Amino acid sequence: MDLFAPLLTGYGIWAPVVWLVAFIAAFIVVYLIWKTGESSYKKGTELERPYLSGNAEPEKGAVHIRASNLYWGFLQALKGYYDVLVPLHTGVLTDYMIWFVAVTALLLVIVGVLS
Amino acid sequence: MTFADFIITNAPALLIVVPLFAAFLCPVIGKISTTVRNCWVMGMMLITAAIAFILAYRVFATGPVLYVFGAAATNLAVPLDSGGIPIRIIFMVDAMSAFMGIICAIVGVSVLLYSLSSESRNSSLEGYYTLFFLMIAGVFGMVSTGDIFNFFVFLEILSLASAGMIAYRVDGGLAVEAALKYLVLSTLGAILVLFAIGIYYGEYNALNIAMIAQRMQYTMLDKIALVLIVAALAMKCGAVPLHFWTPDAYSRAPSSVTAFLVVASQASLYGLFRVVFTMYNVTMNCVTVGWIIIILGVLSMVVGVTMAIPQKDIKRLMAYHAVSQTGYMLLGVGVGLAVLGNVALTSAFGFMAMEGGIFHIFNHAMYKGLLFLTAGAIVYRIGTRDLNKMGGLGHTMKYTMIFFIIGALAIAGIPPLNGFASKLMIYESVYLFNPILAIIAMVVSILTLASFVKVFHSVFMGPQLPEYAEVKEAPLPMLIGMGILAAICILFGLFPQPVVDMLVAPAVHALADQGGYIASVLGGA
Repeated sequence: MDLFAPLLTGYGIWAPVVWLVAFIAAFIVVYLIWKTGESSYKKGTELERPYLSGNAEPEKGAVHIRASNLYWGFLQALKGYYDVLVPLHTGVLTDYMIWFVAVTALLLVIVGVLS
Repeated sequence: MTFADFIITNAPALLIVVPLFAAFLCPVIGKISTTVRNCWVMGMMLITAAIAFILAYRVFATGPVLYVFGAAATNLAVPLDSGGIPIRIIFMVDAMSAFMGIICAIVGVSVLLYSLSSESRNSSLEGYYTLFFLMIAGVFGMVSTGDIFNFFVFLEILSLASAGMIAYRVDGGLAVEAALKYLVLSTLGAILVLFAIGIYYGEYNALNIAMIAQRMQYTMLDKIALVLIVAALAMKCGAVPLHFWTPDAYSRAPSSVTAFLVVASQASLYGLFRVVFTMYNVTMNCVTVGWIIIILGVLSMVVGVTMAIPQKDIKRLMAYHAVSQTGYMLLGVGVGLAVLGNVALTSAFGFMAMEGGIFHIFNHAMYKGLLFLTAGAIVYRIGTRDLNKMGGLGHTMKYTMIFFIIGALAIAGIPPLNGFASKLMIYESVYLFNPILAIIAMVVSILTLASFVKVFHSVFMGPQLPEYAEVKEAPLPMLIGMGILAAICILFGLFPQPVVDMLVAPAVHALADQGGYIASVLGGA
């Protein structure tokens, strides 16, 4: 058994170890660049405070972008799709049973009659 | 016979007996002390896992293992005086069964270790562990049995235990409501399965899967039975549009339970694949049934991921992703089924698609289990599932954050993690079947990544919030539980081909080889 054998996909190959070596090489390059940066930064001093043009720093909770604000544009763009899809998830058990029975009936027609 | 021989010979039976024994003695042992009970449940889970691994090793090394209950010899499926009918209950553990058993064992150990801390604040833990071991027994039974009625029995054990576990925390009645929905739909599905079994028994005078497969005529009654089983098990594994119970049940169950519910759903997926490949195979219209499974898969992928994006409850979001990932498995195996009757297409890409789908079952159990456990660690520490109330936890829950990153990258199919390996196999093989399906699968992966970027930012990024200033890292047993699954996500991603060669390819060939299954059980009967 070759532990490092590339994955054969039937169409091509995937060699994760090669990818890993490339990733490590890139990491080393990034690290070397980072090492050339400013080294006088000190934790717990004024250097840590954000510069807001003299304005007071908002409370920590106020600057964190909450989950509901993310992908607002995506959801707006697909509003028509979500207006149909979300209401289908009613949370009502009888609705879910109807879906189950309806899908079973549809499959019966497809498999029983059409195939 | 030495003790080791006894264990090896009776491993299929012990796989059920040990967790049942652990389950029913748990309330008694729990009376002694919490420490003794914890040692008991952990010890019994490790023994169960060891048996599963021993059995899997035997299957992958020497071939399928047949175990006949009550027979003079454990491999005597057809008694000499039975007229060629396999009258006894049998367990037939082939490579596919062993593959599922390994998944159950790994996730079972991780979840139980995690539960020792995550559930320590709650009462009635004897009941919790009893139900957990019943779930373990149910899954092992479903994937091991060679008897269709026996499959139904284990399906019911699993469903009832799962419903109890979903309702375990009550949660102001919401968990009970989720459990009720799961239970009613599961019962409805079980009735359909039972009805189908009645059809088989009436038609073929047998409950043995191999015997039914051997006698399969694909009559109208067989078509009806096939649809009833496919619909019931598709619902149980959470395929769209039969997925409605999953967001409620997955989000309301304790996170440790949710991680194992993923495996429970996959046991139903196993049942679905076992029925279509082993019982029907090329006697049915593979193209039609294959396309039905493909369409269920595509719907699951697309609806699952798009419903996940707007969610604000972290576990509900992950539940929709579980639905979405099930779609990949259905897509891969569905493509394999659709071309099953065509030898050229099967060898060109059909087997590869199935290998991708089956490999994804394993990977999904690992990274989705991991993600649910990380969600549970977060909820355990801050007491809310609401993403809008979270933020800055990366400052204090560093290890949980690292485990979350591993799980999130794996589910999104980012190299070099395990999810990428199986998804790549699915993309490339499905592309040869139908490029549009492969493109849809890739777009769904991009949306999955987008969704988990949202979760990562909402939970871990940003400044440390004042209300979570005192939050600590998750307890060590929970970290170890998550660490086991995270390590597998990395290892299986870095070394995918040996995994495919040793576990996945034998499982796929065992699943597709109907003749081999029949011969293993019935021999020359």
